[in-house]
Amino acid sequence: MFIMDEIRVIEIKKSIFADNDKDADALRQELKQKGVYLLNLMSAPGSGKTTTLIQTINRLKDKIRIAVMEADIDSDVDAVKIQEATGIPSIQLHTGGMCHLDAEMTRQGLDNIALGEADLVILENVGNLVCPAEFDTGAVRNAMILSVPEGDDKPLKYPLMFSVCDTVIVNKTDVLPYFDFDLEKCKAYVHMRNPRARVIPICAKTGEGVDVFADWLLQEVKQWKQS
Amino acid sequence: MHELGIVFYIIRDVKEAAEAHHVEHVSGVVMNIGEVSTIVPEYLLDCWRWAADKEDMLRGCELKINTIPAVTRCDGCGRDYETVPHGKICPYCNSPNTWLLHGNEVEIKEIEVKDNI
Repeated sequence: MFIMDEIRVIEIKKSIFADNDKDADALRQELKQKGVYLLNLMSAPGSGKTTTLIQTINRLKDKIRIAVMEADIDSDVDAVKIQEATGIPSIQLHTGGMCHLDAEMTRQGLDNIALGEADLVILENVGNLVCPAEFDTGAVRNAMILSVPEGDDKPLKYPLMFSVCDTVIVNKTDVLPYFDFDLEKCKAYVHMRNPRARVIPICAKTGEGVDVFADWLLQEVKQWKQS
Repeated sequence: MHELGIVFYIIRDVKEAAEAHHVEHVSGVVMNIGEVSTIVPEYLLDCWRWAADKEDMLRGCELKINTIPAVTRCDGCGRDYETVPHGKICPYCNSPNTWLLHGNEVEIKEIEVKDNI
């Protein structure tokens, strides 16, 4: 008797992001019911995410209840820093070597936060401009920070990141005189990727412009809870 | 690092599909990968070999990549053009009102199973 191999092909035709997109939508629904606004904050390493967060939280913490989730590959320096500087609850998520968070990991993180006691949860995603853009975390909005030393042409180099973000914060405006960074050009590049994105220039170190971002966020949270 | 994460998602979905079809071992996986999907095929293949061989169901399983060309459509003049050389601006009418028609796929097209007859 002959034994021969015949190859059988089973058609799948499924995006590997499909399950995550479903999980993310379910998470958003759940957060809506609980009246919790989740902001996904992304950026390259060293753009000033943690300092921006501290400044923003200190402007909002008497108005709304805030919690922070810090996602990093390892270490808990950011979570400790946030908690020390603002006094609000902060938890650290370790992605175990993964370069991004997905909806399932975000949900696991949220399980460690008393959601009934938070109006706003800020997720500080892994410092990376590629992978986090591909995975919907279930957040209501995506925001990213671009710092002046990184260059005004970053939206051209990382198109997906800039197309998924509703708000782009341009940080470190105090060093603008020392760099060839053209704010108007940067805005034009951002709008090429996402015509509806708002661009907010700030300097997290001096606090300049942070009010604009904080006010926007406060309005967003109020709207989400009301609608 | 990016590709390794992607490989874990592929493995999860392939195992799920194989179980649904009562397959014990998968000999090949065909992926549709778009030209502008941010996946580097060589890295994906390297990560695949390392990770797939740790799974009984996927030991020795070959990953095949089917590249999907990136094509952008222009709402300014209605024409389609190749995304990679021209980017966001339409080469025919210079309009920036363009959108990606296809080319960012990361999908499992099919799996292959060797049946002994």
